[in-house]
Order: sequence, then C-alpha cells, then structure tokens
Amino acid sequence: MMDYGPFILSLQLALVTTILLFLLGVPLAYWLAFNPRKYKIFLEAIVALPLVLPPTVLGFYLLLAFSPENGLGAWLERNFDLRLVFTFEGLVLASVFYSLPFMIQPLQSGFRSVPYYLVEAAYSLGKSRWTTLRKVILPNMSAAILSACILTFAHTIGEFGVVLMVGGNIPGITQVVSISIYDEVEAMNYGLANHYALILLVFSFLILSFVYFFNYQQRKNIRIL
Amino acid sequence: MIKLDLHKKLYGADGLIQLQVKTDIQKNELVTLYGPSGAGKTSIIRMIAGLMKPDLGSILVNEETWFDSQQKIHLRTQERPIGMVFQEYSLFPNMTVFGNLKFALPRDASEDIIEEMLDTIGLQNLRDKKTNWLSGGQKQRVGLARALVRKPSILLLDEPLSSLDTNMRVKLQDDILNFHKKYGLTTILVSHDFHEVQKMSDRVLLIENGKIESEGKVGEVFKETWK
Repeated sequence: MMDYGPFILSLQLALVTTILLFLLGVPLAYWLAFNPRKYKIFLEAIVALPLVLPPTVLGFYLLLAFSPENGLGAWLERNFDLRLVFTFEGLVLASVFYSLPFMIQPLQSGFRSVPYYLVEAAYSLGKSRWTTLRKVILPNMSAAILSACILTFAHTIGEFGVVLMVGGNIPGITQVVSISIYDEVEAMNYGLANHYALILLVFSFLILSFVYFFNYQQRKNIRIL
Repeated sequence: MIKLDLHKKLYGADGLIQLQVKTDIQKNELVTLYGPSGAGKTSIIRMIAGLMKPDLGSILVNEETWFDSQQKIHLRTQERPIGMVFQEYSLFPNMTVFGNLKFALPRDASEDIIEEMLDTIGLQNLRDKKTNWLSGGQKQRVGLARALVRKPSILLLDEPLSSLDTNMRVKLQDDILNFHKKYGLTTILVSHDFHEVQKMSDRVLLIENGKIESEGKVGEVFKETWK
C-alpha cells in the first residue's frame, strides 16, 4: 500500500532547503555578481562543485564532518545538542550544500541581467544599497528568482545519493520519496516503486514546464514592448 | 558654487587620456560640457555625482567637500544632493510613472511635489502606466521629473536628449530651462549638439582630450574655435 509519508517528508525538505538557500543565496549571488575581485572565482568553483561531484562524495565528507565522533559533529552535539547524521536537520544542511549551484547560478545571472544604470539611478536618488536591492534589483529579476527557487525545490525533491549517505533510510525521519523507490525495488515491489516514480516524474515535468512557460511569457512581453 | 579640480586617467577607444579639469561653476548657472565622444565629458559628470572616483583633486560644493584626494574624503553618491538624468532611459520598469517619482521622494516628504511634477511635464494621464509603455520623450520627461522630486540644488544631465527626435528634443530643452529657472538650480549638461549648447548654455566648456580647451559664453568659445 502506498505510504504518503515519504512524499510529505520530501516536500518539507525541499521547502525548508529552498527558503534557507534563498536567504543565503541572495547575498552570496549579489556579492559574486558585483564583486570585481579575482579571488571570487574560487568561491564560484566551490559553489559549482555539486554539479560535477558524485553525490556520494559530498555525502561521504558531510557524513564524516557531521559524525559525533569527529570534531565538528562532536562540538555541535556538546554545545547545541544537535546531531546531524541520520536526522532531518542533517538532511536539510546536506541539501543546502548539494543544491547550492541551483540557487546561486540563476540568481547570479539575474543580478547581472539588471542594467547597472538602474542601480546608479537609485543611488543618485539618495537610496541606500539595501533599498536599491529590495525595490529595484530584486523586482527586476523576478524570472531568475522564480527559476532559482523552483529548480532548487525540484532538485531537492529528486536527491538520492547525499540523502542516503547523510540521512540513511529511516521511515518518517529521513526516508524521502527517492529512497522509498529504491527500497521498494529492493523488496521487488515494482508496482509500488512505479507509483512513486511516476508521481515524481509527473511532478518534475510539471514544474519544469511551469518554469519554461513563465520564461516564455516574460520573453514574449519584452518582445511586445 | 562648485569648485572642480579633477585628475583621472581614462581608458577609451582611442587609448589613454589624462583628464585634467579645473573650473568653477557659479550658483544658478547652466553650464554645458561640449566636445567629441571620448573627450571625458561624461566622466566629469560621473565624478561630480560620485559614481566615479577621481585619481587626484577635489570637488567643493557650497564650501562642503564632496571629494578631496589629500584628505581622503569621498562622499557616496547617496550623500550628494544631486538630481541626475542619464543617457539611457533609466526608469525602473517594475514601477509605474507615479511609482518612479514616489521612489525618489525622501521619507516623510509630502507627495504634493509629485503631483506638481506630473502637472508640469504633462503626464498626469499616464501616471499609472508602467514605464515600458512610454515613448522615448515621455520616458526622459519622467526621468527629469524624478531627478527633481527630492529638490536637489544641482542637476546633472548626461546627454539625456541624444536619442530623441528634433521636436521632442526641443520640448525637453524647454522643460529643462523651465525647471532650471523655477527651482533655482545649478545645471551641468553634457551635449554633442551645437544648437542645444547654443540655446541652453549660460557658459560652455569645450572639452577635448580630457582638458578644457576653451570656456566662456557660447559666442566667445566658438568664435575662438572657428577662427
């Protein structure tokens, strides 16, 4: 029988990850887009790492870092009573690392797409950087913000390797939908695995269609103007 | 009064030029910067606005230091009471005409000035339109009104009329002159257009290769140049 728990857990994980990454991503992408210093390329490379690394590599190192037997994990547990291996909190942190480029890169392109003379115009009107960011820059890159959030959300829903390494497969705590599929296949329940997989497939397709439709509408509006 | 002493290395299409400009601009004067492309006119305006930092020199406005390389003073653009109109239509596309003007309004200031501006530029009927729907001339009118909403003492105009047709250009020139007199502004206009310079200027600075080749009334400057 189909259990909706993994779906709910996946949605919760994707939502929390997207919100956290957006809050982290806006200042980081702003800094990367507008900072002329050369050393930023190292940070850009770090942000892009999850695109090329096997998820298990990232998961492996996060597992080592979060382990209560090692420095960081022990420190977190001692000082904050926080354990990050095989917990939802750990999954969130691992997902934040793993989905970093899916949030940062569209936001960075969005920042670069806003003409700089708009920023200068706002400064010439006496407006601070913060006001300019909130009222001029972000509203004029809404398509990039939407793409970044939706891609991050969808990518987190589809995570497997990192989640399995850091969170394991604990029903109700870390068993997300992608792991449930794996679980059902291992147990030879192909029918149930198919149900889970099909829902994930349709969901991902709908999300991507929505992003492409929104971007198409934006381009069309610009052409009309 | 504005006292300028500006030095900066500029890299343009024709290679390196050393900008060296020293001049005083009187209160309520309308000064135009005239000269070929790449001579450094826009850079001068940008340095006054604080959008570009001179290598050396000073900018004093009504006894207040906006920039001084020796004393290491460089007021941010936001701290300089200027109004600026750019060559590009730099209106915020996410806002309406009214929204653009309201954005410029200092906190706690009355919105009456916005209504006054909309009446003066004759765009009350377009106040709720997004700016992408406006023509080039309408956009620059809104840009001009927006620059004046915070009641600056100095108006900086960086070739704001260069992409407009002749009729619209003449109307905007009249608007600028009207605002310049009405609000007692000190105005600095960058222009390529000789007729515009002739019509608008109290005084013209002829800029070539980053230097003031000549300055004075239009008749004096061009008589000397074309002798």
